[in-house]
Formats: sequence, C-alpha cells, structure tokens
Amino acid sequence: MIEFKDVNKTFEVDGKVVNAVQNVNLTIKDGEIFGIIGFSGAGKSTLVRMINMLEKPTSGQVVINGTEITSLKGKALRQQRKKIGMIFQHFNLFSSRTVGGNIAFAMKKKGLSKLEIDKKVDELLDIVGLSDKKEAYPSQLSGGQKQRVAIARALATDPDILLSDESTSALDPRTTSSILQLLKEVNERLGITIVVITHEMQVVKEICDRVAVMENGNVVESGDVFQIFANPVAEITKEFVDSTTTLSRIYQYIKDESEITKIEKGEVIVRFRYLERNSSEALVSMISRKFNLDVNIIFGDVELIGENPIGGLVSIIRGDQKNIQDALTYLKEKNVGVEVIKDARVA
Amino acid sequence: MQELLNTYLPNLAEKLPGFGQAIVETLQMVAKSGVFIFFIGLFLGITMNVTKKNGILENKIVFQIVDKVVNLFRSIPFIILLAALIPLTRMISGTAIGVQGAIVPLVFGTTPFFSRQVETALAEMNPGLIEAAIAMGESPLSIIFRVLLRECIPGLVRAVTITIINLISLTAMAGAVGAGGLGDFAIRFGYQRNQPDVTFASVVVLVIIVTIVQVLGNFISNKYTKTA
Repeated sequence: MIEFKDVNKTFEVDGKVVNAVQNVNLTIKDGEIFGIIGFSGAGKSTLVRMINMLEKPTSGQVVINGTEITSLKGKALRQQRKKIGMIFQHFNLFSSRTVGGNIAFAMKKKGLSKLEIDKKVDELLDIVGLSDKKEAYPSQLSGGQKQRVAIARALATDPDILLSDESTSALDPRTTSSILQLLKEVNERLGITIVVITHEMQVVKEICDRVAVMENGNVVESGDVFQIFANPVAEITKEFVDSTTTLSRIYQYIKDESEITKIEKGEVIVRFRYLERNSSEALVSMISRKFNLDVNIIFGDVELIGENPIGGLVSIIRGDQKNIQDALTYLKEKNVGVEVIKDARVA
Repeated sequence: MQELLNTYLPNLAEKLPGFGQAIVETLQMVAKSGVFIFFIGLFLGITMNVTKKNGILENKIVFQIVDKVVNLFRSIPFIILLAALIPLTRMISGTAIGVQGAIVPLVFGTTPFFSRQVETALAEMNPGLIEAAIAMGESPLSIIFRVLLRECIPGLVRAVTITIINLISLTAMAGAVGAGGLGDFAIRFGYQRNQPDVTFASVVVLVIIVTIVQVLGNFISNKYTKTA
C-alpha cells in the first residue's frame, strides 16, 4: 500500500516559487493499477517520483507498506528503491548494453550466479515476448520493443510496485495497446501494484482500476474509473472524459445546423448517458415498445470500461407528446442521464 | 637504402642512432606522462561531472574549486609553465632535464585539458539513464562506473585521442628545456644548424605517429558506438 499524507512539493524556478504538488492525500492499494491523469505540468510526474524518492517532498509523508520512505537515506533508500521498478517515456535503456545486459543490470549485485541471472533474464524476456532479442542492442529495436525491454528490466529485482511514467506517450496507438496489455498481464500474473502516469484517457480506460485526476498540483478527483467516467465532477475531468468520446460533438453539429440534427415538429433530440452499470439492459427497444415511440439513434459512443459499458447515445424520438415525457421520466428513474438537447415539441 | 639516405637526407643519415633515440624519447614522454594524465584527468573530469548542479553527488564547493583550478592551469601557456615548474619538477623527479624532467610539466600542462575533455564527454550523457539507474537503487559509485563511464566510452576515447595528439605536440616544446625527443632533435639540428632534412624527417615521423593515434582512436570509438 502506498500512502501520500499531506504531501507538498515546491520548486524555486528563477526566484519564483512553483507549487508542483499541493496537499495530496492519496492511498494506492496493493495489486491495483492506479492511474494518475493530468495535462503536462499538473504535477503528476513529481508526485509519482516521490514514491521512489527521485523527488523529495517539501513536506508531508510517503508511506509504503508501513515504511515511511521520506526519511530513508543512503543504503536503506537504495534497498527500498530496488523494490520499486520504473519505466519511462523515452525508455532509458543503456545503449552500450545488449537487451540481456540491460535486464541483468540490476541483478548483478544481488549475489546471484551467472547461471541464475541468465535463467532469470530468459524468463523475463519470455514474459515480455522478446526471447529472440537477447543479444540485440537497444538501437536495433522499435519503440514498443524498447519499452518491453524496459519493463523486463524493471521487473528484474522482483519489485512490489511498478511506476510507469508516460510509458506509452512516445508510441503509436497500436503499440500503446500492446504495451498496456502487457502491463495488465504483469499486474495479474505477478500481482504487482502499478502506478501509471498519463495524459491520455485511453490509457486509464484500458487498464486502470482507480484513477486520480490532477490539476495545478492538486488531486481534484479520485476514485473508481467507471465512477469517474460516468459522473465526472471537476471541469478538468469532464474535459478528459470528453476527449475520449465523440458524443460531445453533437453540440457542434446542432450549432452548425447539420443535416442529421434536423427534426420535424413534435420530435425531440435527446442525449442519454449511462451513469450506472446498467446499459446492458435493452433500454432503447424497451422505451420504444413500452411507450410506443420511434427512437432513431443518430449518434452513439458506447465503450467498455473493464467489463461495463459506458458512454451514451443521441437519438431523435418521435411519438405522442405525453408518451415521450413518460419515457424520459422512466429512463431517469432507471438512472440514465437524460438531456434534451433540441426540442421541437409544441409547448 | 643507405645510399638513398645519403643522397637526399645527408644530415639525417649521419645521425640515425640519435634520431631513433629521439623517437623513443618522444614515445616515452607520451607514455609515462600519459598514464598520470589519464588517471588524474579522468578523476577530475568525473569529479566535475558528478558535483555540478543536479549531478549525482552535487557539491558546489568541490565543483567550484576543481573547475577554477582546471581553468587556471589551462590558461597558462605551456612554455611558461615549463619554466615556472622547474623547482617543483626537481623536487618530484629529482631532475629538470631529460625525459624524466619533462613528465611533471607535461602532466600539469595536459591534465587540465584532458579533464575538461572528459567532463564534456560525460556531459553528453542522457540524464534519463542516470535517473533510471538511481531508480534501480544503484549507488553513486556504481552509477559512475557501470553507467556513466560505460555509456560514454566513445566520447572518452575521442577525448583520449585528441589529448594524446596534443601531448605529442607539447613534448616537442618540452624539448626546449632539454627534454630530448623529436622536437628537441629537430630544433637542435634542423633549426639551429640549418639542416632542413632533419626537420623534414622529424615532421614526417610525428605525422605518422599522430595519424596512427587518430585512426586507432576513431576505430575504437566507432566500435563502441551502439546508437544507430
């Protein structure tokens, strides 16, 4: 378990004091994948670097499994760091060492024999799917392969925690997915707690269990990923959520009087948002049958967060005025977010 | 062969054993002072690198002292250093002349240059690799030897190459205080006795030595360059 207790970090840049991290209280549970999302400069990288003390907090405590690491120094700190693996945006592989040499780097001083190290390197290469690249140099690998080597290297000391600092930001979308899958696999297979820093909502969506949203050094919102996605509270969170869905584009279309948003008298455009884990119910066909309505879906974006669908639909509803009203009330009772965005009903 | 020498390089032909001796002396000066320069310069270069701002052993005082001392010695012209160091040279080597007497001034004249070269080579290091090593729980000493020096081998080899070449030209100047070697040989016979063939032969040999050092340096540096 990683606990941040009233953690602050201030830098002085050209005589100006910058509050990189402010009053952060956060608990990351064992075995979960915890995301920290924010735009660049939000302080997420500084926050995560306090877990292995690459940054020292100005005040407050960071406690890992009961050990207050903020006060550790010298050898004790180095021992603690060996239990925390880290991967980086630009991989940071040793260019003068082979793939095998990179992975073996941190193992050489653990009193393991050459044979044991070699065996462990092979195991790790197998986990990351690069068994044939042991003798290659980093410069001969693609970005995704480099990150795989970095992951293997980070796992070499059997850490309890893996920190991932924008580890997919330099990769193309397909490679990003494969690296995220690998992280998820590592998390499930080895039970390692993973802390992921990212500015991409997609990363959070694909692998994180819980997430903290950061802005200007503050954690503005944190919790279960589904909850955050379904009911974003802070402005910045809404921005992130919107960044991953095309649904908000409907407002632009309406403003531009686009063809698909033209409705006739008595019709209404409604945006439904799934707020709970209930969208597996056949809501659309249900209301059209139950209230005798025509529901024409013009726009939709439904995705899976973990195993739960999230997202929403924009539909044109046509039918008896009272029935429309009843249907909307019914949906609200079912805890579906209902928002009438264009109304051509007679008042 | 002997005839050819007699015809075209008559003065040199007369003193071939002395010429051979001069070449050996030059190489001795380079080798003996080179060992000291290499280790002291490497130490100072590393010290500057690790103690500078944001270095792994940041230490303002140590950095300022080493940095300033290096600058001080770099700004003294070698020919003046040679003369100024004579008392110290006598104290350390027991003599101020000959190969033995040249070592001390060569070390003082070249070490600051080399340590600056080392510092520059190490500064090219990607700081991300140092950060990765710190995150892996490596000690500063381990980071210096297993990451910093190792990753910078190509740049360090270039630094050694250029320093050796520099050193060779300084040994010629050391000849002025009676150090012997090719420079001394060329000045004594080629210049003072107006025997241009001696100067010519000395220059040719120096060019050959410098070329060998440069080619070897490039070869080793490229061999260790692993980035595409």
